[in-house]
Amino acid sequence: MSKYAANTAPDVKWKDLTRACDIYEPATSKTVETGDWRTMKPVIDWAKCKQCLLCAPCCPDMSIPVNAEGKREDFDYFFCKGCGICANACPFGAITMVKNKED
Amino acid sequence: MAIRERLSGNEAIAFAMKQINPDVMGAFPITPSTEIPQYFASYVDNGEVDTEFIAVESEHSAMSTCIGAEAAGARAVSATSSCGLCYMTEMLYIAASDRLPITLAVSCRALSGPININNDHSDAMGVRDAGWIMLFAETNQEAYDNYLMAMRIAESVNLPIMICQDGFITSHAIENIDLVETEDVKKFVGERPLDHYLLKEDETMAVGAYATPVYYMEAKRAQAQAMIDAKDSINKISKEFGDLTGRYYDLIEKYEMDDAEVAVVMIGSSAGTAKDTINEMRQAGHKVGLVKIRAFRPFPGEEIVDAIKGLKAVAIMDKDDSFNGHCGPMYAEVCAALVSAGVSVKAINYIYGLGGRDVKVSSIEKVFGELEKIAETGNVGETYRYLEVRE
Repeated sequence: MSKYAANTAPDVKWKDLTRACDIYEPATSKTVETGDWRTMKPVIDWAKCKQCLLCAPCCPDMSIPVNAEGKREDFDYFFCKGCGICANACPFGAITMVKNKED
Repeated sequence: MAIRERLSGNEAIAFAMKQINPDVMGAFPITPSTEIPQYFASYVDNGEVDTEFIAVESEHSAMSTCIGAEAAGARAVSATSSCGLCYMTEMLYIAASDRLPITLAVSCRALSGPININNDHSDAMGVRDAGWIMLFAETNQEAYDNYLMAMRIAESVNLPIMICQDGFITSHAIENIDLVETEDVKKFVGERPLDHYLLKEDETMAVGAYATPVYYMEAKRAQAQAMIDAKDSINKISKEFGDLTGRYYDLIEKYEMDDAEVAVVMIGSSAGTAKDTINEMRQAGHKVGLVKIRAFRPFPGEEIVDAIKGLKAVAIMDKDDSFNGHCGPMYAEVCAALVSAGVSVKAINYIYGLGGRDVKVSSIEKVFGELEKIAETGNVGETYRYLEVRE
């Protein structure tokens, strides 16, 4: 039995699901790739980025990681759905939305 | 030692609840089940139980309360009727698909309109596909007995259970009743077996997950299996209850079926009237019988087919209508069971007793009269019939 949702894949058989699809571990959202919904993708131009950090709190997901030094890092495309809010929020035009291409 | 008492059906349910002493009750009053939370609230107030009684603003919230409590690991109960049950419908599906063994007492009542507070089965039948186990009682005694078995049955397969009786007819009529000693009740019902629950220490848990199309059907198939498994559970626990009390119950009850040539199939209190009719007609040499359905969910299709397969004619009696221009729900399901088994019986459907319309011995006599005519002529005629409606 696939006790953990993190190990449950789309080929799971009905007898191997947990009862009522209950989840017995925390933070399973970390394992779910929502980035595959994306049609547009944000790209950062580091030359224009001033590290003002206006973009990071605008992200409705957790796709703009901020490191221990307080600097934003590159996009986490595993979660980024390409909503474009960050590109709108950036006062310096450092974020451009481009067509997402399948890897 | 059994306790001899005289109780109404509602009182009997409330008394059973008191003996079990569940953890949580969420309830909103509605005729004719109002007395159940009313009696129970007085037990709470008198300190006779330590149940958390949550007075809510609607039946939707009553069931939501039960869902939260049951998911947390508690035993939760409620009671309702008619439009109250309709108002719960959304949450009934959640309770079943979240596999929470809640116990709900239903004193069955007609649905509006016209507005009517009396008995029929429109409310319970309206939620027959919600995924709940459904047991129906003919008498106050059966309502009480079914209630004592309810939690064991529900918890054995992790599905919620409805204990249905006929509004006013048994819910308000006072009958002699044999009560089980509270100590024996507590021993029989025991504690809820728990594996995963929200208040469990050292286990993070989420209930009510979202399932995308790749998982949803598998989740429903698993839920369907629980209902299939419920048949064996009901039989096993009913046998155990019989050994304790001397009162044995099956999924269906067969009355004078051994040599019956025609029979009625029905649910609830009118089965008692049918038994009286059968007793009288048998005196006059008529080979008539009754199949009473106790468990409507899971549906005892094979058992019913086995009971009626040799008959010359049978009437499936629905105390509600599907308004499909064709037949009531019991007729549809019994006929489906017959076809699945490859058995052919001349079968008609009667819609009867709607909105508290009296069902008398003479009413059932008419049905048997029609069945004997069909048996004699082989001519079934109209299968979708209303019993004793003024033409």
